[in-house]
Parts: sequence; C-alpha cells; structure tokens
Amino acid sequence: MTVETATAAPAAPQAGAQAGAQAGANDHRNPGQPLDIAMFEGHAVNRSAAERRTASLGARRSVKKQWQAAWLVNAIRCIDLTTLAGDDTAERVRRLCAKARQPLAPQIVEGLGLGAMRLTTGAVCVYPTMVGHAVKALRGAGIPVASVATGFPAGLMPLNLRLEEIRYAVAEGAEEIDIVITREHVLTGNWHALYDEVAAMREACGEAHLKAILGTGDLQTLRNVYSASMVAMQAGADFIKTSTGKEGVNATLPVSLVMVRALRDYRDATGHRIGFKPAGGMKSAKDALNWQFLMREEMGLDWLKPDLFRLGASSMLGDIERQLEHHVTGRYAASSRHALA
Amino acid sequence: MTTITDILQTMDYGPAPEDSAIVRDWLKRHEAGFGHFIDGGFTAAGETFEVTNPASGEVIARVSQGSDADVDAAVKAARAAQPGWAGLSGHDRARHLYALARHIQQHARFLAVLETLDNGKPIRESRDIDVPLVVRHFYHHAGWAEIMADEFPGAAAHGVCGQVIPWNFPLLMLAWKIAPALAAGNTVVLKPAEYTPLTALALAEIAREAGLPKGVLNIVTGDGATGAAITGHPGVNKVAFTGSTEVGRLIRRQIAGSGKALTLELGGKSPFIVFADADLDAAVEGVVDSIWFNQGQVCCAGSRILVAEAVAPRFTELLKRRMATLITGNPLEKSTDIGAIVHPVQLERITALVEQGRAEGSEIHQGTAPAGCFYPATLVTGVEPASILSTEEIFGPVVTLTPFRTPEDAVALANNSRYGLAASVWSENVNLALDVAAKVKAGVVWINAANLFDAGAAFGGTRESGFGREGARAGMAAYLTHPTPRAKRPEAIPAALDATPVQGLPATAVDRTAKLYIGGKQARPDSGYSYAVAGPQGSVGLAPLGNRKDIRNAVEAAHAAKGWGAQTGHNRAQVLYYLAENLSARASEFEERLRSFGQSDSVARAEVETSIRRIFWYAAQSDKFDGAVQSTKSAHVTLAMNEPLGVMGILCPSAQPLLGFVSLVLPAIAMGNRVVAVPSQGHPLAATDLYQVLETSDLPGGVVNIVTGERDVLAKTLAEHDDVDALWYFGTAAGGQAVEAASAGNLKQTWTEDGAARDWTGPEGQGRLFLTRATQVKTIWVPYGE
Repeated sequence: MTVETATAAPAAPQAGAQAGAQAGANDHRNPGQPLDIAMFEGHAVNRSAAERRTASLGARRSVKKQWQAAWLVNAIRCIDLTTLAGDDTAERVRRLCAKARQPLAPQIVEGLGLGAMRLTTGAVCVYPTMVGHAVKALRGAGIPVASVATGFPAGLMPLNLRLEEIRYAVAEGAEEIDIVITREHVLTGNWHALYDEVAAMREACGEAHLKAILGTGDLQTLRNVYSASMVAMQAGADFIKTSTGKEGVNATLPVSLVMVRALRDYRDATGHRIGFKPAGGMKSAKDALNWQFLMREEMGLDWLKPDLFRLGASSMLGDIERQLEHHVTGRYAASSRHALA
Repeated sequence: MTTITDILQTMDYGPAPEDSAIVRDWLKRHEAGFGHFIDGGFTAAGETFEVTNPASGEVIARVSQGSDADVDAAVKAARAAQPGWAGLSGHDRARHLYALARHIQQHARFLAVLETLDNGKPIRESRDIDVPLVVRHFYHHAGWAEIMADEFPGAAAHGVCGQVIPWNFPLLMLAWKIAPALAAGNTVVLKPAEYTPLTALALAEIAREAGLPKGVLNIVTGDGATGAAITGHPGVNKVAFTGSTEVGRLIRRQIAGSGKALTLELGGKSPFIVFADADLDAAVEGVVDSIWFNQGQVCCAGSRILVAEAVAPRFTELLKRRMATLITGNPLEKSTDIGAIVHPVQLERITALVEQGRAEGSEIHQGTAPAGCFYPATLVTGVEPASILSTEEIFGPVVTLTPFRTPEDAVALANNSRYGLAASVWSENVNLALDVAAKVKAGVVWINAANLFDAGAAFGGTRESGFGREGARAGMAAYLTHPTPRAKRPEAIPAALDATPVQGLPATAVDRTAKLYIGGKQARPDSGYSYAVAGPQGSVGLAPLGNRKDIRNAVEAAHAAKGWGAQTGHNRAQVLYYLAENLSARASEFEERLRSFGQSDSVARAEVETSIRRIFWYAAQSDKFDGAVQSTKSAHVTLAMNEPLGVMGILCPSAQPLLGFVSLVLPAIAMGNRVVAVPSQGHPLAATDLYQVLETSDLPGGVVNIVTGERDVLAKTLAEHDDVDALWYFGTAAGGQAVEAASAGNLKQTWTEDGAARDWTGPEGQGRLFLTRATQVKTIWVPYGE
C-alpha cells in the first residue's frame, strides 16, 4: 500500500508504513557510480537456461485462498496504473486516477477485510502533458504520478529536448520519471554515451525518481539487457524497467529474470537497492502472481513492495478485481460490474 | 484464520495442497490388498507387505509378495501371449500403444497424485515431469511399432522380457521399460520396486481399460527375491534392469551363460562442470534441477560440482542463497521443491554418509527440512577426492563442490569415478563445451542444462553405470534381436596346450620366432614358454604362451594408444586400406601359412581374399558409421554420437584363424577402439604373421595387441580386468559363461557367442551389427538460443 507520507526505512518496513517511491526517500536513492564496464562486459546470460527457470517458476509456487487474495492485493499496491495512448484526455486521466484511488469496489474491499487499509495502486503513469491532470485528480490520495519522458517511446529526440521534457514533467508535479534509453547506444556498444545520457537524465529529474526503460524488445539479446541494466544503474537509475509497452515484445519473464539478477549483482557490488518494473503485455492476475513469485524467489520480500517493485499495467487490474470478487463471493465475476479504469 | 492483512506482512505462499481424495478412494477400494497382474487379470492378494507414504509414514496399501509360482505364472502368460503379440502387424501394435498413451493421459492427474503419495516426490514433479514423459514415451514407441519393419529390417523381438525397475521414478522407469519392449513385439513381466509398486498396478488397470491383450504385460510385485526369480527364470529371453550397481552385478552373474540379452542402467556419480565463462545463475539453477530434483534420488544427478577456481567463491555464494529458498516438505503441496525421501532406510543411509563426510572433515552446508522422512538440500565443500562423499553414490539431495584449475584438470576430476552415466557442462564457449563433452566418460552429456529427458534421446551409461540405451533408435534396438547363427556342432574345447619341446617341426631357411605384439613392439612372453601349433601331420611351429602379465602389459599399451579414437574416420580408413594393401602384397605367404594348418589351396586363398575384402569394408565404414541428430525438444540439438567403447578384449574363434581375427578386430579398430586380441588358440600363427603387416601399415602401436596362448585363461584375465571396457568372446559355452560372470566386476559390455556358429566367409561375418557392438551412443544435449 502506498501511504501519504513516505518513511525513510525501506529496509525494515512497518505495517502500514512502507516507503513509497515518492520524493523524500532520497536518503536511500542509488547515487550511481562511475561507468564500470567490467561489471557487465563478458557477463554470460544463457537464454535457454533463463527460459527454463521462468517456465517452471509459475509451477514451482502456488498460492490459494486468502493467500492468493493477499498476493493479488499486493500486486495492486505495486501497479503503476497506466494510460499512454494518443487519445488520452483530461477526462480519461481523471477516470484512471479514480480507479487508482479506489482500485477495488468497496464490497470487495470489505469482503477481503481490508476496510481499514487505504488500498491504492502504486502510482499512475501518464504522458507529460497529462501530469497536471493526474496531479490534480490525485490530490490528497498519496499516490505519486509517474510520467514517461525523453521522447517516449522511441527516445529519438535531441538530448536537450529530452532533458527539457523531464524538467517539464517534474515541474508539472511528476514524482517519478520513466525515461527511455537510446537503444542505439546498446546495439552499438556505446556504453559511455548511454551512461552519460542516463546520468544527465537523472540530474534533470532532481528529486523525482528515475525509472530507466530499456526497451528490451528492441535490445533482443539477454546479454544486451544485462549490460543496459547495469549501465543504467551505474548512471543512477532508481528503477530499471523492461519496456515502453510499444515494442514488438514487452515484459517477459526471461527478460525480467535477467534484469532482476542484474540489480541483484549491482546491489552485491555497491550495496544500493534498485527497483524493478516490468511493463507491457502483462494482462492477467496469473501474470501478477508469476512476476511476484519471480521477485520473491530471486530477491526476497523487500522487492514485493512498491518502493522496489512496480507492475506497469492497465488491464491487469481488471482481471485482479474479478479474481478477488470471486474470492469474496465464490461466484465468477463480470467486469461490467466493476468501475472502468 | 490467517487474514489477508497478516499475509500482506509476511507474503507467505500458504498452503496449496493437491487434492488426493480420488486416489485415496481408489486405495480404499483396494484395502484388502493388491494381487499381481497376470494374464490380463489381477490375482487374489497373497502374502502381502505394507506400502507406505513416506511423507507421513502411513500405510496406504498392501501388495503381494511375488512367489516363484507367481513369477512362473506370469512368465507362462507372457510366453503364451508373445507369438500372437509379435505376430500382430506393427500398425496393430502401434494402435495398442497409442491407446495406452491416450488412456495414461486421461488418467494423468490420478497417476501423478498416486506417484507422489507412494514415492514422496513433489506433486509438481510427478505432474509436470514424470507423467508427461511417460505419455511421451508411449507415443514415441507407438511410432516405433508402426515403422519397425521398415526401420529395423530383419529384426525380431527377443521374446519375453523380464524387467526390474527402481523406486525413484516408478512410473517413468516402467514406461522406459515396457514401451520399447511392447513396440518391438516382446511381452513383459515387470517387477516394480518394493517401496513404490502402486503406479505400476494402476497402470495395469489402465492397460486393461485400454484393451491391451492379456498376457502381453504382466506385473508381479515383491522384493529382491521376486526380482531374482524373474531375471533368473529360464522362460525369459531378455533382462532389463534399472537400479543399483550392486544389484546389477548380481544379475550379470546370475544370468551369465544363459544366452539372455541384458541391459543395465545403474548408478552414477555424475560431474557437473562449471567453467569460468558460464552463466553462473543458470548453472546454479542447473544444480537445483540436478541434485535437488526428486530429492537427489536420480541416478544421473549431477552430484559432483566441479567449478573453476576463478568463479568458485561467487558460484558458491549464489548456490547457498538459492539453497536457502528451496522448500522441503509435504510433497502434495504445490509449492514444495523437495519432498520426502522414499523410505526411512534411505534417509538413514543419506544421514550416515553425510555424517561420515563431516567426520572426515568436509564442510556441510544445509537448508532446512521438517521432521520426518525428509532431508534438507545439502552442499558439501572442502571435500577430498578420496572422501566417501566424493566416491559413493549418496542418492539424496547432497552435492559436493570441488574447484578445478584448467579444463584438463576438470576432465581428469570428472572422469575420476567408477561410474559414467551423465555429465553436465556449463560454458558459453561452444569450443570448450563440446571438447569437454567429448572427453567425459558418460553416456549422456548436457551442455548448459541438466536432467533433460526425451523419448527421442538415448539414455544410458558406461563403465559401472551399466550398458544399453533407452529411448530413441538405440533404445528400440535393445529390444530387438537379429537371428543369431547356430552351429550344428558347437565349438569344442581346444586341445590342451603343450609347452614342451616338439619333434619334427618343418625346416625353414632361417628360423622364425613368433612373438606377442604389444604396444607396437614384438615381445617375448612373460612366461618364457612356447607351445606347439598343430598342423595336419604334427606340429608346424611354436607360439608364445602368453599369461596374465602379458595381458596386463597389452591393456596398458592399448590405453596408451588413446589417440586412435580421436583420429578422424578418414585417417583410420587410410591406415586400414594400407593394411589391406600390404596384406594383399603378402597374400601368398598367408595362404601358405593357412595351408600349413591343413587347409586346401582354394580354401586358404579364399580366406586371405575375404580377409582383404573385409578390411576394405571396415575401412570404408570408418568414416561412415554416423551418429544422428535426434528429434527431441525445439531449440535443442541432441546429438547421438557413436563412440568407441575404449579398450576391448577380443577372443577369437578356433576356426579360420586369419579371417576370424580380421572379422572381429577390424570393426573394433575401425570405430576407434584399441584391442587386445587373443587369436585362435590352436592356430595363432596366422595372426602373429599379421603383426608385421600391421607394423608396415602405419597402425599406431598399441591399437592392436596380440597375445597368444590359452584362450579361456587369457579371457578370464581380460574379463576380470577393471580397465577393459568390453569383451568379445567367440568360443565355448563354458568359456562364454565364465566371461559373462567375470565381467560383472567392472560391468564391462560382453558379446559371447559359440565360436563355431558364425560362417565368417559369408554375410554373417561382417556388417553393421559388428559396428553397433563396437560402439555406444553418447547423447549430447545442446540447447541453443541467444
């Protein structure tokens, strides 16, 4: 759950007081480090092994009954409820924010025994020009607004304009900036350029947290994914994120596994904790569980909390709501009875 | 009740038990005890023993202890059914196997739950691994039945197969045994393991449901005595056993000389080799899939981790972290990684071995396990090669970790084992991975993977892990036989050797001394004796009287010539063609030698001429007896490589002293083996003449070694020799039996036959059969994808 006032103790969270990803938790932000190519060059990533691991993951762990309900509720508090469409309007964003404030119908919340908890999504995620609408709609809700920026989704704009876009979104009230990296730098192995770009973006973010979207569908190889993850973290990313949702292939479990292992290796090397955000293509409650299993198995409990884990999704919430209603009523649910996002 | 708010704090997985009600109902219906499945029906329960659920200790069934009479009834039923079953068209047998596959699939969850109750393995494994592989095996072999006549022309079923299977994969091992047997037209008497007989009995019900003709499949339950009654039954033609090396040895000895075909899939202590350039996380997960799969009760489990020193600390750290997340407990829980050990006896054994290792000074790192018949995931470091934990097959979730320095070091450590079942090799460097795959002594090698199985990939071991293959073409071939030649008069026991001076040797211009040929050098016999070689009228020469020390030297020389197998087939062919050329140049000399033994001109000429042709034929095969790329999973190249067996002993028949020798030695060396050959005891001089030809033909020293003397004495030394990989014996029935019994020591492969049975001059004297016998399939799995 996201609370209005972030605490500064993500390592030892207390009930009802998990650190949000909002500005203010900067004591624990990744300061970055100089580019260190040795941390990723030649790092082996075996695709078929990654695929085997992730293929069995969903079968190795299972949650049923109230445990399943709890895991789905947890997924909700990690969702960056997102709209990133050409036809976004102020009204559309307002509706999304309403859903973020109240992701489940009240009778479901009551049925789950969560009446005392202010359950919200982890954030809402919109285009920069929609940030103002979102901030307004979420006033008092304690839900941060995340904005994509830097020429999303392709990122192929002059750097000064991309940095300006970040500053604009921050000025509009975005507390989190989902930047896109220049995939070309990865594909050509131009790590210095990539590092400098992300470092500049981090600086432009100021207090806002930076989520680095790698566009893994464009990077193709898992070795590229690992290297790009490491450079982004070295340059100061607070989160690494798989996809824009606009690539041919978006979040997949093998890609996520590799990114999570990269952030684990970064943590082992530097002591800094980086968040992970898979995004795009995840639609079902089962997806929500599988990605949480991945985080729990590979990283442990801390990475099941919104300060270190987000799910970039929109339609997933609808499926979760239906599953939770089924848990409460024992009857299969219809989405027409639930509020639209 | 645990509330959602509570769970949101802990994010526990919570209970997710598989419902076992339907299976428990079935067990309740059989509360009175299970009988055997014989001739299409269940017998009344006889003397019974308890079957327990190892996870809880509760008795879940009683099954019958199979008596000799039960076994006899089952074999009789199988015998009676066999001609009809084999007489069906391949297509009709295929329909039956297809039906069996379909019905197993329809009862998939039933079988998975029953397997987990009986064996203690996690439901995830029985549901997602065991049962799907079982189904795949029956489909695959329904296919073999369909196309058998086309793919194995001239082959026929053995008859009745006696099969004894272990408790670690009860249903899967049953499938591996009966699917190929039935596809080939054999009928079966199978004994499931004493600890885990229930899925076999359920399968019998399913076979009945699927309409399998009666008597084709018979299941007799019981302990080791029942198993021995099956393997020893005179009505059984082929024995297949999967289990411990110790029992494999007993069976080898028990059926020596019986003429029964035998395949053994035994123990292992398989290496798991992690090079510095490997994806270490992938390798860690590979360990989970190896030794922490099925509670480590896996014959091919990678139980010895060998890791490059450069990455050993990081790898160990990652492995320990992963170990900490494994969940050991109730196997019916869907989130369980490690279930129950099959039986308290096994738990005691594992515990005792680990404690012994601890006492030896090894460091033991363990996860957690609940009370009961459970054992935690265990990593052992600081373990010496001589430690009990390095050498003994523990058959539990216990893995050792040893650093190595170089690839050569890794291969040496990997092969420092009496076993040779499987190996797992982790490196992103294809050159290194394939190089190591070729050098490890193992029947199955997984590159950047572990414990991959498929009906389309041959599985089986070498050394004391047994012989024979299961799955794919090689596995199917193990259930087929070709008509074996029979002599009207079996080979007689050769005349006793006379090592005293003889009278009346024919005069030669300059005296010629036949010697042994060892390591490319002519050698006098250690004994210092020579024996008389008989001609039609008195002795025609002297031959060295070889003894066990000469055999020892010859085996050492053969091992030293290990480069032969690594040469290209083309290079071997060039040497063999040259051999034929040189023999041809000296044909008249060899004809003269054969005439001196009493052969007519034309017979002697024909024997030499056929020998030359035969050498050509095997030279031609040197680079053509190809392996295959097997059709298994997508994005996996699965290679079936025909590898030489290694060092072979070849005991030649008495008759046709040149051609018999050539017919057996040539296929062996064409495939890259090195040979210690004992030529015709009575007429060894044709072979000793040949060493001069070998020498002039650039055959590297040690590839062919010739020791003359008393065949059965030398055969015994070879059969008992732990560093000989295979033995071909063509002689007497008694000699063959002795060889088979003595081969149990290191479980070398044997091929024994009546020395007089085969007509070496005709088609029986050469063919792919000899090449198949001279090689074994090594399966190398290479998953790919970037």
